[in-house]
Amino acid sequence: MLNDDPLANVLYIDLSKRSYRVAQRQDLFEKYVGGAGVAVQLLEEECPQGCDPYGPHNPIIFAVGPLTGLFPLASKTVAMFKSPHTGNLGESHCGGRSAVALRMAGYGAIVINGTSDIPVYVAIHDGRVHFRDASVLWGMGSRFTVGRIIRENEPGSGLRTIMRIGRAGEQLVSYASVTTETYRHFGRLGLGAVFGCKKLKAVQISGKRSLPVADQKQYRTTYDEIYKTAVSSSAMKKYHDLGTPQNVLPLNDLGALPTRNLKEVRFEGVSNVSGETLAEQFLGRRLACSHCPVACIHVAALREPYEDEPYFYKTSMISYDYEPIYALATMLGVSDNRGFLELMDEVETVGVDAMSTGVILAWATEAMERGLISEKETLDLELSWGNHRAYVEAVRRIVSQPNDFYRALARGVKHAADQYGGADFALSFGGNEMPGYHTGPGAHVGALIGARHGHLDNAGYSLDQKAAATELPTPEKLVAALMAEEEWRQVLSSLVVCFFARGIYTQEIVSETLRSAGFELSKEDMEKIGMMIHRNKYRFKIREGFSLDDVRLPKRIFETESPIGMLDKAYFQDALSHFKNMLLASES
Amino acid sequence: MRLAVVDTERCVGCQQSMFACVRRQGEAGLAKTCIAVRSVGGTERGFVVIVCRACDDPPCAKVCPTEALVSRKGGGVRLDSEKCIGCGHCQGACPIGAIFWDEETNKPMICVHCGYCAKYCPHTVLELEREEAEHVER
Ligand code: SF4
Ligand code: SF4
Repeated sequence: MLNDDPLANVLYIDLSKRSYRVAQRQDLFEKYVGGAGVAVQLLEEECPQGCDPYGPHNPIIFAVGPLTGLFPLASKTVAMFKSPHTGNLGESHCGGRSAVALRMAGYGAIVINGTSDIPVYVAIHDGRVHFRDASVLWGMGSRFTVGRIIRENEPGSGLRTIMRIGRAGEQLVSYASVTTETYRHFGRLGLGAVFGCKKLKAVQISGKRSLPVADQKQYRTTYDEIYKTAVSSSAMKKYHDLGTPQNVLPLNDLGALPTRNLKEVRFEGVSNVSGETLAEQFLGRRLACSHCPVACIHVAALREPYEDEPYFYKTSMISYDYEPIYALATMLGVSDNRGFLELMDEVETVGVDAMSTGVILAWATEAMERGLISEKETLDLELSWGNHRAYVEAVRRIVSQPNDFYRALARGVKHAADQYGGADFALSFGGNEMPGYHTGPGAHVGALIGARHGHLDNAGYSLDQKAAATELPTPEKLVAALMAEEEWRQVLSSLVVCFFARGIYTQEIVSETLRSAGFELSKEDMEKIGMMIHRNKYRFKIREGFSLDDVRLPKRIFETESPIGMLDKAYFQDALSHFKNMLLASES
Repeated sequence: MRLAVVDTERCVGCQQSMFACVRRQGEAGLAKTCIAVRSVGGTERGFVVIVCRACDDPPCAKVCPTEALVSRKGGGVRLDSEKCIGCGHCQGACPIGAIFWDEETNKPMICVHCGYCAKYCPHTVLELEREEAEHVER
């Protein structure tokens, strides 16, 4: 890396002592590039073995990479922590202004340790960390107000990120999210609850600086090449036009769109919640993360009347994406698109992961249908498919937790099913609720073996889609392909590049961009680094008690047909044992 | 020629224009940008683009005690940095806050209306306007 690159600065913040220091960690960045690679190393250093994810010693780590601030689409921040949701590796990525702001503030990574005795927010600018009393913000209902107050109190307009939690994080819901810039999230695996138990309401980061590059001319040429592809490629255009909801109709046509807790794979109300319809009826604004020409963030304008007065309206701006549509519309049988947006808005307001929330409510609905739970548990709420009003109220109760049932829902679907039964249709993998793809074995094996148990680990769904057109690979081949993809994604998430741009950031381009940042890495070096980071994650997982022998497959995925037919359990067992062997082989 | 902000409603807040302005100066990062994009109080309300509007009779030039800011043809100003003493009066005089500050040199940074940023604005918020005469010629 370049000598004068501020990327090497790691900011360590201690909330217990309200102190901070900066350490030079060239060692980490030289070896692991940045982002996920550096973050998992810091996690290993900072997180004591067996530490309580809700305790003061669970660190929060944010990391960006050498391309952040230099190239378009290097727009993500990686967060690592021990997940309160799974009790194991917590990793989540977020865009907004977070990555560029962190880099412009002069750091490559931030480590937050300890816990505060009173609610605080932390403001990081001009080389200093300010600890501010957040008592007035704690418990505040409106997410917009929290953002506004911090914006008014801190400098850095246009150059800052404000990462914050909602009531769910304060109430330690295990899948609470952290929101940045109103619409982007560290959504999965419960970073919001880690903020909450540290009494950390928000982190504001801003800055403006110059960054070194190795060779200006080469830098500009590479920049232009990436920029041109980004604004002209058809893949990127789709993200700009309809955003991720472009996938709703194709997945429904394919018969891969999980509907009503995956009892079905096609939704009769799909045309109401497709990307096309939402855009035509509601799209009010498009937004971009910092340094991203694509602008995939789609924000709906929902006009709602006040009930107590005629001709009196409010307009809410609500962002939507494929995954929330899957989780909060099709999984719950909600075909009223206004109802979906209202539910989405509530999920954003309290600050929970949309995907986990939808899957949990889908399980609860089926459990009620089957008589495993009744109005006694739900406190008179009728959870039934399509009843969005009941779901909005259920989300509120997951946060307020008025009884044991809602307390169980606040811990995830696995936990709830352990208490109330219905494990066969509790859709989670490794303790994390299922992503929105019933495309075939690739999606589910991928979620099972993926280090984060999410769809972005290794994109198994895309392997399935290829298989549907040709033939199913052997379990061994499938696992090899999933691992190769996951390892390459470790490189991308160390740079840190948005996965939507993976088609642009080919190995050659990555090499070129890294050269501008003073890294000389060959194809082989990158492959080695990718594999190393992946194994480091797995080593952490195993250290914290993860075992491939305990992983559980929800029966439901074998009961509902996928585009490539009914799934075969034996295939999964085979795939798992290949995965184990491959991990073992590379460890020795 | 002057840079025009055509329609801020189309702005998605991507900051491509800011990064572009820095690159044209042979730098990377954001320290040297002469254009700023910030939200109108929360991204949900959209953005404002702050950049020199190429006034015909620039107020910044009027308050410069050393005449370091010279009116340029087509509007706006050119900075003669040797004359500039870094007093910051110009910054105070610009009602839209379009004079940025270079902390390194302690001198103002003002858009030179080159149009480089407009080439990197993917959503046609910015445009380089040719002069009337050129319009006729074309
Ligand atoms: S026109 Fe040129 S100087 Fe002015 S903001 Fe754009 S790139 Fe910068
Ligand atoms: S490049 Fe265009 S859309 Fe992006 S921030 Fe600048 S003005 Fe707005």
